[in-house]
Amino acid sequence: MNGICRRGVLQGAAALAALGYHGDGRAGSAQHGAIPRQPGYQAEKPMTSYIGTPASRVDGRAKVTGAAKYAGEFNTSDLVYGSVVTSSIAKGRIARIDAGEALRIDGVIDVLTHENRPHMASTDAAYRDDVAPEGSPFRPLYDERILFSGQPIALVLAEEWEIARFAASLVRVEYEKETAFTDVHGRHDEAVALHPNGDLFGPPKPRGAAEHAFAAAEIRHEGEYYVPIEHHNPMETYAATVIFGKDGRLTVYDKTQGVQNVQRYLRSVFDMGPEDIRVMSPFAGGAFGSGLRPQYHVALAVLAARALRRSVRLVLTRQQMYGLGYRPAMIQRIKLGAKAGGTLDAIIHDATTVTSQYENFYRQETGWSGLLYKCPNAKYAHKLVRRDLATPCDMRCPSAATGVYALECAMDELAVALKLDPLDLRLRCYSDRDQNADLPYSSKALRECYRQGAEAFGWDKRSAEPRSMRDGAELVGCGMATGVWDAMQMPIAVRIALSANGHADVSCATADIGTGTYTIMTQVAADRLGLPLDSVTVKLGDSTLPQSPVEGGSWMAASVSNGIATTADAVRKELLRLAKRMPNSPLADAAPDEVRLADGKLVSRRDASRAVSIIDAMRSGAVDRIEQEHFTSFADDGSYAHNTHSAVFAEVRVDEQLGVIRVTRVVSAVAAGRILNPKTAASQIMGSVVWGIGMALHEETLLDHNFGRIMNPNIAEYHVPVNADVQDIKVIFVDEPDHIINPLGIKGVGEIGIVGVAAAIANAIYHATGKRVRDLPIAVDKLLR
Amino acid sequence: MPRTHTSQPAPHPVLSRLPGRAGRKTPDKLSVALTVNGVAAQLKVAPWTTLLDALRDHLDLTGTKKGCDHGQCGACTVLVDGRRIVSCLTFAVMNDGAEVTTIEGLAANGALHPLQQAFIDHDAFQCGYCTPGQICSAAGLIAEGKARSADEIRELMSGNICRCGAYPNIIAAIEQAMRRS
Repeated sequence: MNGICRRGVLQGAAALAALGYHGDGRAGSAQHGAIPRQPGYQAEKPMTSYIGTPASRVDGRAKVTGAAKYAGEFNTSDLVYGSVVTSSIAKGRIARIDAGEALRIDGVIDVLTHENRPHMASTDAAYRDDVAPEGSPFRPLYDERILFSGQPIALVLAEEWEIARFAASLVRVEYEKETAFTDVHGRHDEAVALHPNGDLFGPPKPRGAAEHAFAAAEIRHEGEYYVPIEHHNPMETYAATVIFGKDGRLTVYDKTQGVQNVQRYLRSVFDMGPEDIRVMSPFAGGAFGSGLRPQYHVALAVLAARALRRSVRLVLTRQQMYGLGYRPAMIQRIKLGAKAGGTLDAIIHDATTVTSQYENFYRQETGWSGLLYKCPNAKYAHKLVRRDLATPCDMRCPSAATGVYALECAMDELAVALKLDPLDLRLRCYSDRDQNADLPYSSKALRECYRQGAEAFGWDKRSAEPRSMRDGAELVGCGMATGVWDAMQMPIAVRIALSANGHADVSCATADIGTGTYTIMTQVAADRLGLPLDSVTVKLGDSTLPQSPVEGGSWMAASVSNGIATTADAVRKELLRLAKRMPNSPLADAAPDEVRLADGKLVSRRDASRAVSIIDAMRSGAVDRIEQEHFTSFADDGSYAHNTHSAVFAEVRVDEQLGVIRVTRVVSAVAAGRILNPKTAASQIMGSVVWGIGMALHEETLLDHNFGRIMNPNIAEYHVPVNADVQDIKVIFVDEPDHIINPLGIKGVGEIGIVGVAAAIANAIYHATGKRVRDLPIAVDKLLR
Repeated sequence: MPRTHTSQPAPHPVLSRLPGRAGRKTPDKLSVALTVNGVAAQLKVAPWTTLLDALRDHLDLTGTKKGCDHGQCGACTVLVDGRRIVSCLTFAVMNDGAEVTTIEGLAANGALHPLQQAFIDHDAFQCGYCTPGQICSAAGLIAEGKARSADEIRELMSGNICRCGAYPNIIAAIEQAMRRS
């Protein structure tokens, strides 16, 4: 199977249902148009020149002037401020909660707890959002049970933020504590094994006889690789402002990657009608997967607004952000067997990942190994360990960032054992087919990524032996790795309203979390409608707009761009209908496919002199507005695999005495179909490389397992890369035409950039120092140990 | 249209805080005079209100961002009397008489500050949340006159975290603005 069902972000039948078209009135009149996904699209050349150009962000001015408003910034009079009290134990019950002292503070309005909160839904189904994993979703302030440290247990509501926060410190809690277990290591006999059949993202089916082939292989490598818990740490903390309307209807400004997902969740938790609650998120200050599911702050803010019948703002603190989802800790074991000539005989990839006690969150870490390289025998296993922690969630490139890290370090170690150049080994194992599904790719320009990346990096100047390159007091090392991610696309609806003055409003309930969605939507619409960029206004981040899936999985650029194309085609047809009715119309005989929109005109493709201006066509038809809303789905006959690829090259310098590691150069060569905007797309890759540097060298959520509590819940002790940690990053987009995947040939770039980066750096550190560190992050102490 | 759902919640049955209950007073509000982006502002704020919260909640200048409230991320960087500071680590009352410049005050008469234009030109941001702090910090950095090389800019801009990872573009943008200033 392809796409999301293999290992993607969405899970479960609920997710698939959520991707269908939700009937809530507005949708009823929309027309559906399925794009057949099979070979032979006429690769349409852009009519004007916006697609593929490095346009600056259309929301750039709003962001550099402070005009862009985020969820916690919609000020209104009579606002109530909330402050959350969180659990200090990881497991047990609240025996007593005393808000008396907090309530005595002037300006405190109320303190909500599980004992006095208003009604909330009482079934798991009501709390299950579009991307919820299997299990029993967390319900904030629902009852006295404590499931993880940092769980919200009370909400203080006050007239001022400082008062709420002070009063929150006065809420006294007594617990009946139980012993918590939070370590991914140990107790693996209690682990739950996931199966290829039955578990949605269980490991792929094996092929051949991997154990036997490994035992018989001429050259073997076996290694265990560890990735700790990591937290997203977007710069904006989670926040919601709930505006309580005069009619009791709620407008909720939330930080999210899916306004409609949040809206449906709130409706079901609070039993509200579709018109009673509107969720808006025009800007989100980073999310990286943490905003795919509704977070507890938005439920609490709505709970409070309904209780007080007032507008409420709730902003989480940076510390409280560590009570939300995270990248699960994982232990991976990889065995590679090879022939002495450098071809693979066996891949065995086992993963053990952590989840909460109440939901089974997992992704398919292991399958990437058998997919990527030519190898007749492959076998996978995935075990899930339940711990007294919050449920993990998707974090930038879930499964591949971690699974491919382990694979690509193992491949480097195999190259050493084979005495082969690591790049040469990748080329010897190169596959033109998805090895798991045994399918050809709709496009795969990875070979070109290797070539262009190596050339730009100067890979040929690398000496083979570890510790053989040096510059003063620093050892110099070069490492490389391959990256791979899915190219997915999701059903989506887009509305275009074209007015007679030649301005188009393009709307869809998607999100722009810094990805550049506003900008690429503007570019695609301008091209397809034949208008200048500044004649297009994009609206997104509003649950009342046409249906969109959550923004994630790198599927939004392909989905929404092709959605715009579908709707723009309908606008063109309507314009042609009007143009044909004009007296002596030069387009009287033209069929819809024989005309295009360019420079504000409907133009014959055969004879450019035959044209009608948009304005004339609309005026003659006596219409001042053409509005079309269409639904685009992506049929897939399953005969091709769709992936993005990358080749990552990294140079590190390691102080021989101190062990201080600097990543001085990274080259990332990416093959990801058509690039809509090389400027914003390069930023996506660059940012992902920075994430890879953090993953390799800095990021780790540290738990004190005695207390089941996170020890570094702040952005000073949870290290993320800062400016001084990042030096030269070069991004290359390799030409990769894809006439099969979708009409515009788009694959998406939000996630591919992180894959392989941590491995390339780890491999470079080995090359510099001769020391192989297999657990992340590679901090100084591990190098000197 | 008939409504099948209960949209109007019943008022919360018992407000935990009963009227007439003896209250514990919060600190008295104090007067603070600030000049913010060239405009005089007279505020009545509690002594525990940070300059950051005064800007965001009292003056509706939400361009200055809150990312950690602990001086760890730099998102709240503003210029106070020309120096860059993190506004979450200073109380509003400590700044009586100060001149504060926020991101909203950098553009003059609608024309973007060279740093703002350079950030757009070099795509030196993605989500935009750290951006006002980055730009104010860069303005302070340029005024300090200490940074001469890219390495020095990197070091002296390391108090401003960008989780989207736009750092190389931020350096390019600052270098452009430095060349033009």
